[in-house]
Amino acid sequence: MDRRTVLKGLAGAGGLALSGGLSAPAIGQGAAARTLRFVPQANLANFDPIWGTQYVVRNAAALVWDTLYGIDAQLQPQRQMVESEETTDDGKTWIFKLRPGLKFHDGEPVLSKDVVASLSRWAARDPMGLMILAIQQELTAVDDRTFKWVLKQPFPKMTYALAKNNAPCSFIMPERIAKTDPFKQITEYVGSGPMKFAKGEWVPGAKAVFEKFADYVPRQEKPSWLAGGKQMLLDRIEWIVMPDPATAAAALQNGEVDWWENPIADLVPVLKKNKNISVDIGDPLGNIGSFRMNHLFAPFNDVRARRAVLMALSQEDYMRAIVGDDTALWKPLPGFFTPDTPVYNELGGDILKGKRDFDAAKKLLAESGYSGQPVTCLVAQDQPITKAQGDVTADLLKKLGMNVDFVATDWGTVGSRRAAKTPPGQGGWNMFHSWHAGADCITPAAYTAIRANGDKAWFGWPNSPNTEKEITSWFDAKNVEEEKAAIGRVNKAAIEDVVYAPTGFFLTYTAWRKNVSGIAKGPLPFFWGVSKSA
Amino acid sequence: MLSYILRRIVATLPVMAIVALFVFSLLYIAPGDPAVVIAGDQASPEDVERIRQSLGLDRPFLIQFGSWVWRILHGDLGTSIFTNLPVSAMIGQRLGPTLSLMIVTLLLTIVVAVPLGVVAAWKAGSLIDRVIMGFAVFGFSLPVFVVGYMLAYIFALELEWLPVQGYTPLTQGFWPWLENLILPAVALGCVYIALVARITRAAMLEVLQQDYIRTAKAKGLGQGGILFIHALKNASVPIVTVIGIGIALLIGGAVVTESVFAIPGLGRLTIDAILRRDYPVIQGIVLLFSFVYVLVNLMIDVTYTLVDPRIRY
Repeated sequence: MDRRTVLKGLAGAGGLALSGGLSAPAIGQGAAARTLRFVPQANLANFDPIWGTQYVVRNAAALVWDTLYGIDAQLQPQRQMVESEETTDDGKTWIFKLRPGLKFHDGEPVLSKDVVASLSRWAARDPMGLMILAIQQELTAVDDRTFKWVLKQPFPKMTYALAKNNAPCSFIMPERIAKTDPFKQITEYVGSGPMKFAKGEWVPGAKAVFEKFADYVPRQEKPSWLAGGKQMLLDRIEWIVMPDPATAAAALQNGEVDWWENPIADLVPVLKKNKNISVDIGDPLGNIGSFRMNHLFAPFNDVRARRAVLMALSQEDYMRAIVGDDTALWKPLPGFFTPDTPVYNELGGDILKGKRDFDAAKKLLAESGYSGQPVTCLVAQDQPITKAQGDVTADLLKKLGMNVDFVATDWGTVGSRRAAKTPPGQGGWNMFHSWHAGADCITPAAYTAIRANGDKAWFGWPNSPNTEKEITSWFDAKNVEEEKAAIGRVNKAAIEDVVYAPTGFFLTYTAWRKNVSGIAKGPLPFFWGVSKSA
Repeated sequence: MLSYILRRIVATLPVMAIVALFVFSLLYIAPGDPAVVIAGDQASPEDVERIRQSLGLDRPFLIQFGSWVWRILHGDLGTSIFTNLPVSAMIGQRLGPTLSLMIVTLLLTIVVAVPLGVVAAWKAGSLIDRVIMGFAVFGFSLPVFVVGYMLAYIFALELEWLPVQGYTPLTQGFWPWLENLILPAVALGCVYIALVARITRAAMLEVLQQDYIRTAKAKGLGQGGILFIHALKNASVPIVTVIGIGIALLIGGAVVTESVFAIPGLGRLTIDAILRRDYPVIQGIVLLFSFVYVLVNLMIDVTYTLVDPRIRY
């Protein structure tokens, strides 16, 4: 072996690696104006919206798959793939008819059998779907465009369940794909929506590409969130994943991307100064900060200890820790439901209002029998929202005289440890922090965190029969007034038993280049109606 | 020589086996659960358990390890838990950007660091030497992400000469490929340049005191010839060694650099996989990196024979 041989070998290997398998379509100048470069909130690591229920998957899936109904900006379900529906007088049978001309991305027509398979897979993973399954008699295709859902008892929220934007949404897939076990990932991405998924260009963690589906038949109505005509004015949408917010901000300023879904609060002032960039609230439904206490173990198995924490916590402290001093971005929340929505009610929320009473809280804590045992507080440091909340909570508990065992860890570890029902000293926990999308907290429909059915409840396993009773009354409500009253009673019961601790309501911004227009505020980025000039 | 290389390659197998066992065990006992991440924040414990079962994560350690080793022996690195794509395909997608970044950084380092080290040795004790060594200390001390942000601010945002982020494959043209790599390579190369420059200086200082250098000077040979033909060649062994070892530094630095400049390379894949506990991907990448280290060491040994004819295997 000589020098020449070595150099030749190295050059050959390097050239092969650099050129092989890296080809990507070159975009011409004309096409660039019809290509939108979008920085999503997170990495699109998988693309099965039933198997993986992360918001980013739901957001991408809304481009590729259509739904039978779509929720609109007034939070009302509207027909989408469905042309008409009827229910029998007893409310137990729903008969749906599909719009004509619907096609999948492989050119095949959308048929009732596809819908039946899709709904069956969705129902196995969705909280409302599971409620329907529990009372289901049969779900069958009547003919190519008609299918019926026969129930053992009425389910008034049927169209809401099929329209809701909470993950998982009831996306319609071809039967062969929808027959996949709901706990296993699909491998084909044949959609029914306005954009096709370019699987060949997908680099998980870096890039996802969507191309316009020419045969999509949009509705004629004006678009409104997931409802109405999903008219695509773009030929191609590139999702470019940027884990570093500073890089995303610089790329937006430099014109290398067109729309950044969720700029962090710290960088917003810089973006606002740029004359080529627009910044506005992205999702008016915002988020609700939270920490959950473990109802199984002392001290928080005693409601007095939980109430003591609630009496002392200052939501302003939490909100300022999360979003900074921009007061337009947060508001106190004396309850569990998303403010400024039709059925919002803060009945029973007094304990979270007004001046914080540490003396009364300490007294109540002493009455609960707390005697200085460690309180294991899990805090994910890799999520800015949980880290900020964790720091405030640690300070709060110390002021209450509690012995804080502050476990600084990552979100993955919190995710697995919070499932442990062992005592805190044996791998379990007393508290962890999280947050909930406001869109999920409008009603109890998709609000897992508000459930208080003991062992079956979300982590912390609260057991509050009153809360559960009122949740049922919401499902049975027949009009908005009844719903609003039920929400009030749920809020009151959940606060009395402290199902969890709400730390406030906060909003986030979205930012885009001024040559992009048609961006609508909403719980997810809607691309229909969005256009871009050169 | 060929038999030596073959022997060295065969000797990597037990090393890789130990690495595999170590990585698998470490991930098994590490906290965190991919099923939880997959299921989403609102999932019930029952959903999480069903996903865990479907992924086979509820099986005993030995069975999981055995099945993983069996797949590897058949050339299958497995399938990502999250993307459902083959790990080898995911690594293949990311190899180009990382390799490009490393090659450009490596070339930049050699082109800048070696002459700087040579000049510093030649002018040892002078102001030039002190400036160069001062730069080396500075370069070695600055974190990659700080340099990265500074470069992006100056050259992308203020001067608008270069893009902030991204990667363009070489197939789309040399300049589009290179312009995306210049800033990341400079950011990543700072530490590496500092290291190589210091080692070059030290090695050159030693060689420049040898008798044959005095003889070359006495014969009237030009300064350039003495430095770059006679001295540098004889100082090459430690320089080559540190360049090789520095590749490990580059791999580590690429994780940060790729995040700062949004380059879709192996570094970012590693971080994403670790945060999500995507075990097959983590295992595949660690095996690949281990193999690269072994290979780089082999290449260093082979390179010794090219720069120093006295070394034979």
